[in-house]
Amino acid sequence: MASLRDIQSKISSTKKTKQITKAMQMVSAAKLNKAQNKAQAFFPYTQKIRDVVSSIAEGSMVSHPMLESREEVKKTAYLVITSDRGLCGAYNSGLLRHTMNTIKERHSSQDEYGIIVIGKVGRDFFKKRGMPIYQEIVGLSDQPAYADIKNIAATTVEMFADEVFDEIYVHYNHFISAISQEVTETKLLPLTDFDESAEGENSGGGDSPSYEYEPDEETILKQLLPHYAESLVYGALLDGKASEFGARMTAMSAATDNASDMIDQLNLKFNRARQAAITQEINEIVGGASALD
Amino acid sequence: MKTMQVNVVTPDGSVYEAEANLVSVKAHEGELGVLPGHIPLVTPLRIGPVRIKKDSKVDLVAVNGGFMEVRRDEVNILAESAELPTDIDVARARAAKERAQRRLDEAKKDNIDFRRAELALKRAINRLEVSGG
Repeated sequence: MASLRDIQSKISSTKKTKQITKAMQMVSAAKLNKAQNKAQAFFPYTQKIRDVVSSIAEGSMVSHPMLESREEVKKTAYLVITSDRGLCGAYNSGLLRHTMNTIKERHSSQDEYGIIVIGKVGRDFFKKRGMPIYQEIVGLSDQPAYADIKNIAATTVEMFADEVFDEIYVHYNHFISAISQEVTETKLLPLTDFDESAEGENSGGGDSPSYEYEPDEETILKQLLPHYAESLVYGALLDGKASEFGARMTAMSAATDNASDMIDQLNLKFNRARQAAITQEINEIVGGASALD
Repeated sequence: MKTMQVNVVTPDGSVYEAEANLVSVKAHEGELGVLPGHIPLVTPLRIGPVRIKKDSKVDLVAVNGGFMEVRRDEVNILAESAELPTDIDVARARAAKERAQRRLDEAKKDNIDFRRAELALKRAINRLEVSGG
């Protein structure tokens, strides 16, 4: 049986761990709050671009390479948004498992896909498995600014335009609530499902006036679509960040609960051991006294 | 006097929201003034200051490219970044201007760096102009 002192040191170290996990939980909660605000501030921007693009797409015959699916898909890109740090439960593992399964299902050789990865955990994961990483970005701040990912988003969109890739998917954790995140795949480019989803949102919004275009639709689409695609990447990143903090908060609150349970058990054990020691001592005294009689 | 709602929106949130009588921007094809009741219009913008006039007061916003969407009683400007004069770091903009100019002198004409420096220079000049520095 463990000695009294052993148990005591175990209790104190568990208490310290609990303090740390509790602090991390609170920090994550605060960061989650900020991330949600950020996502909210960003929403009007995409919404507006989307309105404009959809009204152009609906009202005219103008087309653009980014709006059309290519007949032959030779190479597919996966943009995977992971976190830089761990201790956030199944946030990364669930996402990476999903990506691996998708790739295994759809592709037979490495020539058919490429990976663009955000976050240290994802990068290390794909690097270890020797998968083709085209771009990577690590060490993003907790509240990333648009300028931080502008480069990777723009290059990704360019790679589609240059026909390096024929399809681009984004894999990330979609934020549902602080305790629930969902691994999500969305098609970034080409923007084929654009019309349906735009209609769904427009019907609620009401008027979509017919615009004059200056200089013309084509020029505007040419400038607007890359912006739109880039902003979708940013949106997914913000969503992913919110999920990360949600996941970390949940994981840390579970860890804190577990630490509390453990401390209770250890306390019980400690008290039993102490009682046993006292009983033994009394026994010895009584034994010694009766030997004198 | 008739007014319209003016919004300047960036991915990092809304920068400017107010009622105004006149909005004047640098559009792709040149200067463009918008009054309330303008027909719906979409146009890309150049890097430049946006003047928003309400009664006799004029607000300036440094807008880096992007788009303007005009509705009957509403003007939305969408840009990757936009700043109010009070938010502009004049020292930083000056340093950026000098850096960009130095690069322009060094780089070759059709280089990517050249175009990048050119854009950086435009942004810096725009910021300085708006902040009055």
